[in-house]
Order: sequence, then C-alpha cells, then structure tokens
Amino acid sequence: MKLSYYPGCSLEGTALDYDQSVRELCTHLGVELVDIPDWNCCGASSAHMTDHEVGIRLPLRNLLQVTGSGHDILVPCAACFQRLRAADKEMRDNPVHWDIVGSVPEFEIVHISTFLARPEILEKIRDKVSQPLSGLPVACYYGCLSLRHPHITGAPNWEMPVNLECIIEALGAKPVNWSHRTECCSGSLTMARPDIARKLVGDIAVAAKRAGATAMVTDCPMCQANMESRQLDLGGKDDLPVFFATELIIAAIEGKYPKKQQKVHLVSPDVVTQHFDSTATEDSV
Amino acid sequence: MNNITISPEDRNKKFLNKLKERDVDVQACYQCGRCSAGCPIGEFFDLNVMEVVRLATYGMEEPLLNCHTIWLCAACETCATRCPNDIEIAGLMDVLREIALRKGVTPAEPRVPLFHKAFLGSISHWGRAYEIGMIAGYKINSRDLLGDMKLGLNMFLKGKLKLTPHSIKGKSDMKQIFSGKGKEYDR
Repeated sequence: MKLSYYPGCSLEGTALDYDQSVRELCTHLGVELVDIPDWNCCGASSAHMTDHEVGIRLPLRNLLQVTGSGHDILVPCAACFQRLRAADKEMRDNPVHWDIVGSVPEFEIVHISTFLARPEILEKIRDKVSQPLSGLPVACYYGCLSLRHPHITGAPNWEMPVNLECIIEALGAKPVNWSHRTECCSGSLTMARPDIARKLVGDIAVAAKRAGATAMVTDCPMCQANMESRQLDLGGKDDLPVFFATELIIAAIEGKYPKKQQKVHLVSPDVVTQHFDSTATEDSV
Repeated sequence: MNNITISPEDRNKKFLNKLKERDVDVQACYQCGRCSAGCPIGEFFDLNVMEVVRLATYGMEEPLLNCHTIWLCAACETCATRCPNDIEIAGLMDVLREIALRKGVTPAEPRVPLFHKAFLGSISHWGRAYEIGMIAGYKINSRDLLGDMKLGLNMFLKGKLKLTPHSIKGKSDMKQIFSGKGKEYDR
C-alpha cells in the first residue's frame, strides 16, 4: 500500500522521534510513504487565527504539491491534519476563490490513528506484537484537532472517540475510562500564557491519574510536548509520561524500549521501560 | 460582565456583513450557554463565549476587539462543535482577531499576537517553522526573556530543537501568500 505523507514541522523538531516511529511502523506494516515534495508549514493555529487567506493558502499549497493522485495523505500531527482538511474543504467548495487551475485533485486526508485503527491494520499490528504491554493502565488522550470541528475532520465520534483505545488494546494494554480524553491542553497558548497551560495540563493529568492511569498516550505532537513539559513546571511527584501511540506499537512489536527512545521524554518513561524489563526477567525465569 | 449598552444604532453593518461572508451565523444564537459551559479557558476570559456571540449579533465590534477573550481563545473548537445551532463560534473568534490586527487595536493580551507574529515570520522566511529562530524572535519582542529558559535548555539537550532551519524551494510561493494573495479583489 502506498500513501502520501505530510510530516509537518513538529516532526522535524520537537517530535522528531514521532516521525521516526511513524516511518518505522509503516515499514513493519508494508506501507510505502511518499513525502509530499517540498512541503511547507500548514500555518498551525497562528495562521488561521490571524489571517484567513494565509490560514488556507499555506495548507492548500501542500495539497497542490501532492504527486501521484489517488493515494490518501497520511498525517501524524493533529493540527496539520485539521488545517489540511480545512484547506481541502475550501478547495472543493470554492475552487475559483482559491485559484485552483484544472481539476481538483482526488484524495482523502487521514489522521494516523484513524488509519491505524482500521480493522485490517489492527489485525496486522496484533499479529506482529512480540511482547504485549499486558495490563498497563493507559489514559488515551486525543485533545482537540484530530476531532474538532467534525465538519472539517470528518471524525464520526468526536465526543467519544475510540481509535486510540482500539490501538492500545491491540497491544495488550488496558485503556482506562476517564473524563478528559478530548479536553484542550491549550497548546497554542503555551508560550504566551504558560499559566493557563499549567492549569489545563494539571487538570488533565489529575483526571488521568484519578482513573488509575500510569501513562498517557496521544497522537498529537503539541499535546505530547505540552503535557510533559507543563507537568514538570507544576513540580508534582508522580508525573505521567506521555507516549505517542506509534512509539508504543513499535516497542510492543520489537519487544524492547531502547535507551535512545527513553531519553527523548521530559517525564521519566520508566513505567514502560520497567514493563519490558520485568517481562524480560519473567521470561528468563 | 461590565454593563455594555447595546443599541441598534451602534451596530456595525460592515462587521455583520463580514460574518455573513464567512458563514458565521451569529443571529442563530438563542443564548443557551453550551459554548460557555464547555469552554476549557472560560475562567480566564473577561467576556464569556455566549457574551461574545451576543455582542456580535448586535454588531458591537468595539468591546469585542478590545477584550481579552479573543486572544485567550485557543481555537479548540469545543464551542462550535457543541453549538445546537451550528454557529461557527471559533470562526467568529478568528474574524475578530483578524479585524483587531488590521485595525491596529492594541491587543489586551499583547504576548499572544506577538507569538503568532514570530511563528508566521519564521514560515514566511523559511517555508517551515524554525523553532529556535521563532522562539528567539518571540522572546525579544515580548521581552519575556527568562520565561521557560529551563524548559528550552532541557528540550535543546534532548535534541528536540533543530539547530539549523530547513528552507523550502518554493519560497516565492510563501512570498505571494504572505503578501496578500487572494485579497487582490477585496475592493
């Protein structure tokens, strides 16, 4: 299977390891990724919040750069996904305004968890897991932009999504029931108003812990960075590490959680590291 | 909320037309309050979300452009998603921020638009976000030099901040987009 791929800027910087895990996972799944040539930033929140034309034209350029039409576009970042979908909708609704020359290209823009939660892909992942994350209580955290606005994202269950839970269950981990799965962590405000980010992140982490989670899993690079960094600010003890879903899938498939990967976390990822250590010891007994 | 006098004579018709153009049907609001109830940042707002919508239905642009709310809204889209009348409230916030910037209204939360400016500056220059350059630009302009120093250093040591920017080939496209492509026929 071939997919067009839009990594986005975070995956070249703060979430570089997310990009690596997506590419590695796709190799495991036999999915070939074709990067959109010369892709540019989607504009993130900053563009559409301050200038509508720029907010659509930035992501739109990427859609027009897609080669080999017919392949769906895989997007790991929730914010990029939402912006590309917004541009896609505008392009189809009003091609003249957006200066679309010729026919509108055909493809579907798919967020990573939606792709991974497809029954046939989940089946493949289940088959490949060599060391399940048995019993690990995990809070699946979606945040905002892969879900809202459903007119843009096309998400079928925007208040009660299940994709991450399906993925985590396929790895043998135990998704907890909790309250804040789709709450905003205020990633777009984190630099300008860290006080607000701390409040929202603190509430989300408390809710996850209350439900018994020892780790969080997400599919949004802004949520991942914001949740880990602002928990540190709060100076509490039992901070929750926040993992990318793809990172945990790779660990379960390969049966290890390497040092290199442990190091990228701002919050200690020991719960997962120990999990592999302890199961390894059990195996050797 | 402070008392704000609403009068039909004060309504800004141009503003109302702009909202119509962007498919933000504020007239459909019947003040049920679901938008305010679900807003994750509501406690930090000076005008709550349903007040913003109410003022917008009356075309009361001025208090809206001067409020903190439009800059503290994180564009999480919870309000718009839950609105029973399908009002694009997050889109309303976008329009308000855009008009405030175009009119040069002094923002009630100056750091927020400074952050957006630094971020977009990086994109207009390189085509992709260059985090270190963007953060430096923001820090200098906002004079928030010491905030998050520890976090920045931590991120840097973990290899999460790329040292050199990546420049795309289609820089001329960026130049066009940022010099107002699409707005040529506005008037």
